[in-house]
Amino acid sequence: MNETAPRQRTVISAESKPAMPRYIKMRHDAGRDRWIILAPERLFDPDPIAVEVLKLCDGARTVGEIAEHLAKEYNAPREDIEADIVTMLQDLADKGVVKA
Amino acid sequence: MNETAPEKHVKESTVTMDAGEMRCDASSAPSPDPSCVIRAPIGLLAELTHRCPLQCPYCSNPLELEKVNTELTTEEWQKVMRQAAQLGILQVHLSGGEPTARRDLEEIITTASEAGLYTNLITAAVLLKRDRLEKLKECGLDHVQISIQDIDTAAENADRIGGYKGGSAKKKEVAGWVRELGMPLTINAPIHRHNIHNVEAIIDYAVSLGAGRVEVAHVQYYAWALKNRASLMPTREAFMEAARIVERKREELKGIIVIDAVVPDYYAKFPKPCMGGWGKGIINITPSGRVLPCHAAESITQLEFDNVKDRPLADIWLNGDAFNKYRGTSWMKEPCRTCPRREVDYGGCRCQAFALTGDAANTDPACSLSPMHEEWAKVADVESHLASPAFIYRRPGGASPKPAPAKTPEPSDA
Ligand code: SF4
Ligand code: SF4
Repeated sequence: MNETAPRQRTVISAESKPAMPRYIKMRHDAGRDRWIILAPERLFDPDPIAVEVLKLCDGARTVGEIAEHLAKEYNAPREDIEADIVTMLQDLADKGVVKA
Repeated sequence: MNETAPEKHVKESTVTMDAGEMRCDASSAPSPDPSCVIRAPIGLLAELTHRCPLQCPYCSNPLELEKVNTELTTEEWQKVMRQAAQLGILQVHLSGGEPTARRDLEEIITTASEAGLYTNLITAAVLLKRDRLEKLKECGLDHVQISIQDIDTAAENADRIGGYKGGSAKKKEVAGWVRELGMPLTINAPIHRHNIHNVEAIIDYAVSLGAGRVEVAHVQYYAWALKNRASLMPTREAFMEAARIVERKREELKGIIVIDAVVPDYYAKFPKPCMGGWGKGIINITPSGRVLPCHAAESITQLEFDNVKDRPLADIWLNGDAFNKYRGTSWMKEPCRTCPRREVDYGGCRCQAFALTGDAANTDPACSLSPMHEEWAKVADVESHLASPAFIYRRPGGASPKPAPAKTPEPSDA
């Protein structure tokens, strides 16, 4: 039962509009005061930055817009942030947690 | 966002079920990730009912069997299956007692399969008819595991062990149907003093039945098996011989059948990681809906268990007291706390530690580093050389202290 149909690899760029598919659930674990992502075979442990990014991934905003938003909020260089979240989202896309 | 160096913002946990008797067919390599305490469970052991026509003296069900009027309803089990799939569980083992005693098994399997779960039926097979098996397959059943007591040519012994006349022949017939219907088959053979001499023949028998996998499952001494330890414990010599046979057969039958062996911990140096680690990959649900980290966990009398009727499964898994109590390694005492094997075997079996030391956080006496190990291992050696007492058969009320029967009960006593 481990065959998954080969699909096109999702490549994340500044223009991508990422979102989590319906079967991936990010929820707050009140008992431990942290967020978790439940996926079919796995459980992910996002840090606060990842949680913030993923909350902004609504399928409408582009990665560039998300980076811009966070750059203002954290008062940090936009390029660094964009590079950081592209790497993170690419990793998650490869694991099927994020679609774009 | 102050680091420029590439940094992991999301840690991933891959669940594996690497050891113990509840083995999954999924065999991905374990990836050590001590930073993540909670992983999504991979397997659900659903004890649909404690009813069973057999009476195996090594049954892993609790001595106090749950009654039919406390069993979850069809809808409740269906809800469990959906919640399990959502939680990330991949495989559900439909077990018991005898799961086919539930008339709504078809509906439960249909729901489980629609939810995307891989369904495994763990059955004694004697209640199955061919058309029902076919029906179960149509509902989405993926895999069948049939337990046997001995080989077909020792049917009398097999039926005496299971306390069910004609069981051996019936199981053979059902195994044939499973293959005719093109379904994968596992043969599970609990091994003990009364069949250990036949280990080689049992493996060959599983091959002749067309099984892809056989479990040479040395009895684990909890619950009914602990009651019957003096009758069931093989000698160390018999065990060593069986272990050699398994090794040789594995070579011989490479590519023909997979042989999984569960070792009796009385004769091991280190304990097994019970359930692959407490609250790490497996959930067990009793017929009435109690959610356990291990099927024997109710024997730890200080623990409180949640019921799927009161709380969502994910909440119980993540936050339930019983699951968090012995999850990971932070609860450990010495010698486990500082032992390099602590993430290998998680200190062994909590239930065994509790039963023998009164504190489930102690090292399992099965470990040679436990101060109680020597004394404990001696018991096996002594008992295995004495004459085998009569079986205390698994049946409702059967474990309550009564004057011991003078003779070995016949199957017809049932
Ligand atoms: S071990 Fe034997 S008695 Fe127990 S559930 Fe299985 S078949 Fe029934
Ligand atoms: S001391 Fe504990 S962790 Fe070490 S081998 Fe024994 S049971 Fe396992």
